[in-house]
Amino acid sequence: MKILTADFGSTFTKLTAIDTNTATILGTSKSFTTISSDVTIGFNKALDILNNSIGSIKYDKILASSSAAGGLKMVSVGLVPDLTAKASRLAANSAGAKVIKTFSYELSKLETDEIQSINPDIILLTGGIDGGNQKVILHNANAISKLKGNFLVVYAGNKSALEEAESIFKKNNIEFECCANVMPEFNKLNIEPAKKAIRNLFIKNIISAKGLDKVQAFVHAEIVPTPLALFNASLLLSKGTKKQKGLGDLMVFDVGGATTDVYSMCDGTPNTSNTFLQGLREPFAKRSVEGDIGMRYSLSPLVTTASPDDIADVCGYTSTDILNWVDKCTKNPETVPTNEMEKIIDFTISKFAIEISADRHCGTSTKSFTPMGEVNIQFGKDLTAVTALIGTGGPVINSPYPKETLKSSCYSLKNLNSLRPTNPDLYLDEKYIFSSMGLLSVSHPDVALKIMINEFIKY
Amino acid sequence: MKKIKLVIGVIGADVHAVGNRILDYAFTQAGFSVVNLGVMVSQKEFIDAAIESDADAIVVSSLYGHGEIDCRGLREKCDEAGLNGIKLYVGGNITVGKSDFSIVKETFTKMGYDRVYEPGTSPNLSILDFKLDFGLITDDEYQEGLKDEDING
Ligand code: B12
Repeated sequence: MKILTADFGSTFTKLTAIDTNTATILGTSKSFTTISSDVTIGFNKALDILNNSIGSIKYDKILASSSAAGGLKMVSVGLVPDLTAKASRLAANSAGAKVIKTFSYELSKLETDEIQSINPDIILLTGGIDGGNQKVILHNANAISKLKGNFLVVYAGNKSALEEAESIFKKNNIEFECCANVMPEFNKLNIEPAKKAIRNLFIKNIISAKGLDKVQAFVHAEIVPTPLALFNASLLLSKGTKKQKGLGDLMVFDVGGATTDVYSMCDGTPNTSNTFLQGLREPFAKRSVEGDIGMRYSLSPLVTTASPDDIADVCGYTSTDILNWVDKCTKNPETVPTNEMEKIIDFTISKFAIEISADRHCGTSTKSFTPMGEVNIQFGKDLTAVTALIGTGGPVINSPYPKETLKSSCYSLKNLNSLRPTNPDLYLDEKYIFSSMGLLSVSHPDVALKIMINEFIKY
Repeated sequence: MKKIKLVIGVIGADVHAVGNRILDYAFTQAGFSVVNLGVMVSQKEFIDAAIESDADAIVVSSLYGHGEIDCRGLREKCDEAGLNGIKLYVGGNITVGKSDFSIVKETFTKMGYDRVYEPGTSPNLSILDFKLDFGLITDDEYQEGLKDEDING
């Protein structure tokens, strides 16, 4: 069978031609995404390029993913920051959304104004364990109902407040979908139902709202948000299939122009004795998205977080050089480094991007002294024993030293408390096929796994 | 009728786990809805759990002798978090050794705890107290209950 996958990214539309019988990539191509006019123009251009290099093929199936037109833009709302608010963010992230902000407690006027200006595609509303607090989620249902715009709501909070919330939404003509609580019992995550509800709304409403219905008309499965395709590919690569072993515990870094996405497929329970896990037990399959860490659109906040002086120290140029580069890229996000200095600065900043997003994704362990002696208190996932680390996204794939870039995600003396991988094997998605394999994994998991293992370059 | 909801746990760096499990069992059997946070629970975790679960009371255990330091400030944090008037109960071996318990009780009462229990208190006594506090039994039923030998050991 010959399958063509298309990923409609914010900048490029990327095509991958696959032969499932031989489990090989026949070819890839890309052209600019044309979402603001007619998205099929860019697709056809890329297809022409592909046909020119491998000949025109009759494809049995065409599959598509998209992060064009801002991706799946979401806001999530919960009650307590470390409990349902955190659970709501984990759920939206696992659905492949770009969660712009997470709110907790009763939404204030300032915060509803902020949500209004974010103008999300979907708002995920949670709060209260089942039978728990109802007051806050109902307050927030009312506050959200007063907003203007074409947003949809997923209700995944306290089941005891569901009926009243439903009537609030109906009265205000808000399109919504209800599902089981993201935290039905204290500290127990249940994010699959919310993930499914988000997926349903994406298929029902958002594909057409984003101008992708022309694509939906000729592809053979529902369009998937690109990060969800990556999520599925990562899970497959980790767990393997009945016939083939996967790579086991792994992490994936996808560095982009606007965000850096991190995926971990690992239980994350303590690896050392005398360690107590506190706070929310995070899921085996976790995705985090850093909206302020990106190599072009988010270069300025990234450099501020990393500190221009620290970047200068590492790369040997001055902080003025760094800030000039930030200026240049901010003015024109299409900028590519042209001289040695720009190349080194860009490379160095990409290392910080990976390091900062790894720090935020991985758990922490701090020492505490008790009457019984020293113990470790762990929050989040212990990813020190992760055995494989995969890099994807332009800044990593095109890095002059991909291995060095990726390595900056590992455990370091700079931040001893961060439970980052200590000694993983490093892989590079050199042909940029990760999301394509996620699309393929639905119908052909064995083929997708085989191709990833063959194509990813191991250092 | 709505079940009374209790958040229970062992506070601070305390790892004594056995009593906590017994209390979980006893309170559940007595008809309360229990959110058990286990051992090594911080004040913040007690409060977060009480907010999300809309709890009626927080039941703090402390066994290892550092109860006074660990328990201080919980009432003020509850007030700050909007848990006004939530019942706070504390028990176990809340101070070191066998100091005069009336002084200990006064200290913890001043810290905002509604009921303070001596080492060796039977869970059955606290269950009776909780039922009285939440109007589940009358004064007479309470007095009758106190005669139960399980309570006097
Ligand atoms: C087993 C044990 C341990 C084990 C715990 C294993 C575990 N993970 O559970 C280990 C070896 C780890 C341990 C360590 C320590 N322990 Co120790 N330990 C005990 C021991 C022998 C039994 C505890 C037990 O399980 N009892 C059985 C259960 C059912 O009873 P309970 O815990 O008291 O709980 C009941 C009541 O207290 C009550 N209750 C509890 N909370 C509440 C709350 C309310 C509201 C109410 C109403 C009732 C209530 O109801 C419970 C159920 O019936 C006791 C001595 C004893 N005989 O009690 C010492 C004891 C509790 N430990 C003690 C000490 C000092 C320590 C250490 C500091 C010693 C050290 N230097 O190593 C460390 C502290 C470790 C830490 N960070 O917490 C002291 C505490 C002294 C004090 N408070 O003044 C005790 C009393 C021993 C002693 N006489 O010196 N310990």
